This record gives sequence, C-alpha cells and structure tokens, in this order.
Amino acid sequence: MANKVHVETTLNGEAVEFLCEPRQSLLEVLRDVLGFTGTKEGCLTGDCGACSVILDGRISCSCLVLGVEAQGKNIQTVEGLAQADKLHPLQQKFLEHAALQCGICTPGFLVAAKALLDRNPNPTEHEVRYGLAGNLCRCTGYDKIVRAVLDAAAVMQGR
Amino acid sequence: MHAITYESPKSLAQALSLLSATGEKGRLLAGGTDLLIQMRAGVRKPEQLIDAKSIPELQVLSFNSQDGLRVGAAVPCCRLIEDPAVRQHYPGLVEAAGLIGSVQIQSRCSLGGNLCNGSPAADTTPALIALGAVCHVASSKGTRTVAVEDFVVSPGRTVLQADELLVEFRIPAPKPHSADCYQRFIPRNEMDIAVVGVGAAVTLNGDTCTAARISLGAVAPTPLFAKEAGASLVGKPLNESTIAAAAALAQQIAVPITDMRGTAEYRKHMVGVLTRRVLTTAAERARAK
Ligand code: FES
Ligand code: FES
Repeated sequence: MANKVHVETTLNGEAVEFLCEPRQSLLEVLRDVLGFTGTKEGCLTGDCGACSVILDGRISCSCLVLGVEAQGKNIQTVEGLAQADKLHPLQQKFLEHAALQCGICTPGFLVAAKALLDRNPNPTEHEVRYGLAGNLCRCTGYDKIVRAVLDAAAVMQGR
Repeated sequence: MHAITYESPKSLAQALSLLSATGEKGRLLAGGTDLLIQMRAGVRKPEQLIDAKSIPELQVLSFNSQDGLRVGAAVPCCRLIEDPAVRQHYPGLVEAAGLIGSVQIQSRCSLGGNLCNGSPAADTTPALIALGAVCHVASSKGTRTVAVEDFVVSPGRTVLQADELLVEFRIPAPKPHSADCYQRFIPRNEMDIAVVGVGAAVTLNGDTCTAARISLGAVAPTPLFAKEAGASLVGKPLNESTIAAAAALAQQIAVPITDMRGTAEYRKHMVGVLTRRVLTTAAERARAK
C-alpha cells in the first residue's frame, strides 16, 4: 500500500479532509472515500462528462484530476445543488421536461449546466449545446436536456 | 493506475531540484488531460508527478505591445481563451485553444501540456509555430530557448532532457497589419482530433505581404513549419494565385499516414484546402487592422 496523503479541501461549501493515495482520481475519492456517489463514472478518459464537478469555479472532469490536487480547492458536486428539501431550478426543470431516462449522465449534465449558467445566466440554445458538448447521454437525444436548461435559465432570471 | 508519488512545488527552483533528483522517473503534471489517461493505459509510467500548476512562473499570462505575449506552460486554456489581449491580438491561438476537447477539458489543458505531450495532431502547436513562438526551458543547470517547431522530435517525444522543464512561451508582439488564423478539419462539429490542422500568420504593408509563416498539424510524425510556403508570399500581394502557390508548397512537405481518420491522399488534399482558407482569413484580419 502506497503512502496516503492528507488533503484538506472544501466540498459543497464545507471543509472536509481525507486520506488518499496519489494515484487516486478525485472521482474515486469523492465516491469511494467520501461517499459522495452522485458524481458518476463513465469513461475515465475525459470524454463523457458523467464525472463533471466544479473545481474553483471551472467545470472539470473529476476522472482527470487527482484527489491530491484538491488540496486547498473548492469543489462543487451535484449533492450541493439542492438547498435542504428544495430542488435547484435545474433539477426541477430536468424533472418537468423529462430530461433524463436512465439517469447516469444526469448529475454531470446538472453540474455542467450549473457551471454554464454561473458564467452565462442567459445563454442561447447554441451556447447551451456548446457548453454541454462535453457531456454524453445515450438515452434522451439531448433535446429535452437543452430545453430544461433554457427553461431553468429563464426561471432563474425571473422570466 | 500504478502507484506514484506526488509533489506540488511552490517555486521554480523547488521544481527543478525535484526534477534533477528524479530524472527520467519524474514527469510534470499540468492539466493531466492527456497524461492521466496515458498513465491509466500504461503508456507512460512516471513514478513521481510534479504538479506544474502551483509554480508561479508557469502561470504567467501577460501582454504588452513591445514584448508581446508571455504564456506560462501550465496556464489553462480557459484563461487564455478569455483573456482580452489574447483575443484581440492572437485570434488564431484562441481558435486553436478553443478547439481542444470540451469546456471541461479546456478548464484544465494547457499550451505547455499540449506541446510536451508531443502529439503530431496537437491543435495549439501549429498556431504557436505560425506566430513564431519560442519556448523557454529551464533546468537546475541553466536555461535555454527552443523554437516551437524544433520542440517535438517524434510522436510523444520532445527535446526536453530528463532534468528540464518548459517554463513559458514568448510570442512576438503583433506588427501593424498582421494577423493569424488556425483551422482544422474533423468529420464532426466538435470534440475530435484533427485530421489536418493548418496555422498561418501574415503581415501586410499595403497590399504587399512582408512576412508569412505557415504550419501544419497531423500530416507528419511531428507538427511542421512550412517555411518555404510562407517565404513564397513575401514581397507579393496576397491573392488567389499567390495563396494557391503557397498552398501547393505546403502540400509538398506533408507526409501524412492513412488511418481511420483519413487517407494520406485525402490529408494531403486538405492541407491545400486549409492552407488557402487560413491564409485568406489571416489576410482579411490583417487588412481590417
Ligand atoms: S468518467 Fe470522466 S469524463 Fe467520463
Ligand atoms: S439519461 Fe441515460 S445516459 Fe442520459
């Protein structure tokens, strides 16, 4: 067993610390060490976006980040979207638009959409499609996802 | 992935001493968007990763109209793409950086990583070659500079010695009426690896071209500087026939392979098409300045 490293980070606004091996990805740490299983594993090659998290304000594939790289960083995962028992508007709109089927891609899409709206609260359809191009879905055909995100943006803008 | 150790040096001196101690067994980690995949696949097996991202010299991003642009090797492409000075003065570099992977990948990937990965199909490398970018390399013994076109020696291999690291790129200040452009061909809209990529930078004086650099990606074991193709334009107006002649010269140095992305013949044809397009666009941009 390789030596474990002690890492201190902020996860969904709360200080957390953990021990991990340097070879472990942030995805592995989130799921297997911290028990935050909302973030999904698809490809492990940066292609599918199921593992998307927001790292210091930037949407990133947690399969391509090492757990040790989280030292001193700010991480947001899908678990941080809902406030108490109130769903985030994106989650609410995904439900209303039936923008998920099997659901494996959904946490990644939600987090990527959150990152997109954080930077661009009023995106065009083109911008939504481009901003979510790093997230793959094998079920929905994307259209409902794009509509849900546009609708959520409208609600969040008070329209 | 095999067991590794991880260091995150906070200064260049610290990074260089780590590197001189580990030698071949150490490797710099920038965004990790190529390296971690290669390590998982067993293609690269460094025993120690030295995180480049906390080294201040590798995070420099600054522009001034005398000295031009400095880009630290580990600056993530998202920062480069969003930088107003880079957008204004080096649109071709922004085009290339914006073509790498998804938004997720652009949050992490860097010009330094893209170059040190040594892929013949790297998008930002031809853009840097067109701009005449120079690499600043350091080891615990000293520093040296290497032109970007001389940096990659074969697929996956670079001129870097085991104790050296790439610190930053220096990109000359844009001359009046100069501009760059990068385009690649892929069979879909986004998220793919270049079948062919071509970069160009031109400088005009009135109608006359006074300098031109053309570069090619994915058509040889390493990215290519098409020196004669660019030189053929100097002293001439940039029109359909001079551009076609330059494109033909660029085609001559392409030695592509046939693979699942395209045949050698097709790639060679596309070198001509894209060279014409990037020269035309770069010339339009230069005239508009
Ligand atoms: S699991 Fe990370 S991108 Fe697919
Ligand atoms: S809902 Fe099944 S992969 Fe997207």
